[in-house]
Amino acid sequence: MSGERWPEWARRAAMAPGAFYALILLSLVFGVFTAQFLTLPNLANVGIQASVLIIVALGMTLIILSEGIDLSLGTVLGLAGVVLALCVKQQMMLGVGILLAILVGVAFGAINGTLITRLGLPPFVVTLGSLGMAQGLSLILTKGRSIPGLGPRVQYFNDGWVAGIPVPVVMAAATFLVVYVILYYTKFGTYVFALGGNEEALALAGVRTRLYKTGVYVLGGALAGVGALVMTGRMNAAHPDVGVGLEFDAIAAVILGGTSFERGKGWLVGTLIGVAAVSVLRNGLNLIGLSSTWQLSTVGTVIILAIVVDALRGI
Amino acid sequence: MSREWLSRLSHVGMVILLLVVLSIISPAFLSVQNLINVVRQASLLFILASGLTIVVLTAGIDLSIGAVLAVSACVGANYIVQGSVWLGSLVGLAVGAACGLLNGLMVAVIGLPPFIATYGMLWVAEGTAQGFMKGEITAEFPASFRFLGAGRILGIPVPILLMVATLAACSVALRRTNFGRYVYAMGANREAARLSGIHIRRNLLLVYSASGLLSAFAGLVYISRINGVESTIGQTLLLPALAAVCIGGTSLFGGEGGIEGTLTGALIMTLVTNGMNLLNVSPYWQSFVMGTIVVMAVAIDQLGAEKVGRS
Repeated sequence: MSGERWPEWARRAAMAPGAFYALILLSLVFGVFTAQFLTLPNLANVGIQASVLIIVALGMTLIILSEGIDLSLGTVLGLAGVVLALCVKQQMMLGVGILLAILVGVAFGAINGTLITRLGLPPFVVTLGSLGMAQGLSLILTKGRSIPGLGPRVQYFNDGWVAGIPVPVVMAAATFLVVYVILYYTKFGTYVFALGGNEEALALAGVRTRLYKTGVYVLGGALAGVGALVMTGRMNAAHPDVGVGLEFDAIAAVILGGTSFERGKGWLVGTLIGVAAVSVLRNGLNLIGLSSTWQLSTVGTVIILAIVVDALRGI
Repeated sequence: MSREWLSRLSHVGMVILLLVVLSIISPAFLSVQNLINVVRQASLLFILASGLTIVVLTAGIDLSIGAVLAVSACVGANYIVQGSVWLGSLVGLAVGAACGLLNGLMVAVIGLPPFIATYGMLWVAEGTAQGFMKGEITAEFPASFRFLGAGRILGIPVPILLMVATLAACSVALRRTNFGRYVYAMGANREAARLSGIHIRRNLLLVYSASGLLSAFAGLVYISRINGVESTIGQTLLLPALAAVCIGGTSLFGGEGGIEGTLTGALIMTLVTNGMNLLNVSPYWQSFVMGTIVVMAVAIDQLGAEKVGRS
C-alpha cells in the first residue's frame, strides 16, 4: 500500500486494531436488534463482568509481547479460586486465603517460566501441560464439586463499592495502572518489549533475559490469582471448571487489541478495547437469546474470524 | 550408538518396566484379556495421535484433535443411529477433514501461528458439538456399525487391525513417498524446503486435513466401541495424544521422529491409564497426571537433545 495515495486519517484508521471496529460493529448490531443493550444498567453490567477478563488479559498482553503464550491462565484462575474457597471454609483469615490464591498463580507462573526459559521448550506445550495440572489439582481438591456459600467477605470482591465505584471495576483499573507503569516506566517493561523484538540481542547485551521472561509469566499467574478473587466473589462459590476457556477470551482480546506475536509490538490500551469487544459479544448473544449451547461456537467463530481478518490486514 | 537407537531402546525399556510394575501391583494385569484390552484402548489413542504426529513433524501443532473428534462423531452419529451407517460415517469423516482443512487454511494461507489457529478451532468445534447435541446423549448404534469398535476378525479385535492399518499407511506415506519427505523437510527447515521447490501451502493443507480426517476416524471407532456419543467425549483426549507423540520421540521443533514412536507412546500412555485404574486412583487425578507427563516428556526429550547437541 503506497503511502501517498491515501489521506492521513485513512491510513490511521487502517492501522487501528481490529478490536476497535469489532466493538463498533457489535455495539451497532446489538443496539439495533435488542432494546436492552444500550441501557446504562446493561452497560454497567458489561463493565463489571469484563473486570475479570481485563485483569487476566493484561497479564496475557505482557506474555504475548514477549513472544510467549500461556494457555494455563484460565485453569490456574480456577485453582486459585478453589484454594481461596478452601481457606475460607477452614475459617482462616481472609488475608491468608487471598495471599495463597495469588501464590498459586505465582507458583504456576514460575514453573511455566522456568521450563520455558531454562529448557527452551515451546510455551504452548509447557502451559498446556500446566493447564492439565491446574485443572487436575482443582478437581482433586474439590472432588469435582462446587464449594458454595463463602459469605459476604468474599462476595465483597464483586458486589462491594469503593467511593461509589464497584470493587471489581476498581480492581481492574488498579491492575491496569500497575501494569501500565510496569510496562512503560520500568526497566522490566522495556525489556519485555525487547524480548519480543530480539531476545538474542538482548541476551548479548548482558541482560538476564531468562529472569525477565520468567518474571512475565509470574506476573501473568499472579494476575490470574487476582482475577480469581473477583470471579469467586461473583459466584459466591468456587467451582473447579470456572476458568476453563477464559484464556481463549484473553488471547483473543489481546490479539484483537493489536498486540502481535512477532516483534514485540503491542499496547495496553488496545487490550482494553479487545476485552470490551469480547465482553460485548458475549453480553449481546445473551440478550438476543441465543441458546447457551450455541454460544460457545458462535463466540469462537467470531473471534477466529476477527483474528483472521486482523492477520489479513497485516499482510 | 545413535540417538535414535538410544531413544528406541529407552522406550522399549519403559514399556517393559511398566509391564513388570503393573503385573506386580495387580495379578489381574497379566491376563490375556486385560492385555488385549490395553492394546485395544491404545489403538484409539494411536489413531488420534497419528495425525498429530504428522503435524508435529512439520513443526506445527494441532490442539483441536480432541474437539474435532467430538464434533465429527456427534454429527456422524446422528445419521448412524437412524440406520444410515455408511452415510453417517462418511459425513463424520467429511466434518473432520473440513475442520482440518480450515486449520490448514489458517496456518498455511493466512499465516496464523498453528497453536492459535488450532486452539480457536478447538473452541469452535467443541461449541458446535455442544450446540448440535444440546446436552443429550445418542446411543445404541446398529450392529453393523458396532463391528468397527467391538467386532473381531479371526479373533483379533477390529480396532487393533485398524491401528495396524493406520500405522502401515502412515509409515509408508512418511517413509516411502515424496509427501513424506516433504513433511520432514518442512519441519526441519521450512525456508530451505520452500527454496528447493516444495509446495509448502499445498502440503501443509494436506497435513492438517489428514489430521482432521484421522481424528474423525478415531472418533468413529471410539463411539462404536462405547456404543454412544456425547459432546464432551473429546475433552480429555488432547493431553494423552500429545503425550503419546512426545514420549514417542517426535520433536516439537519438527523434522525429527516418526509414526512408529507414537505407537510406543500410545502404549505407554494406555498402560499408565490402565495402571491408574488397577490401583483405583480417582479419575480426578487423570488430568493432573496427563499434564505432568506432557511437561516431563518434552523436558526430558529436550534435555536429551541438548546432551547430544541438537541446536
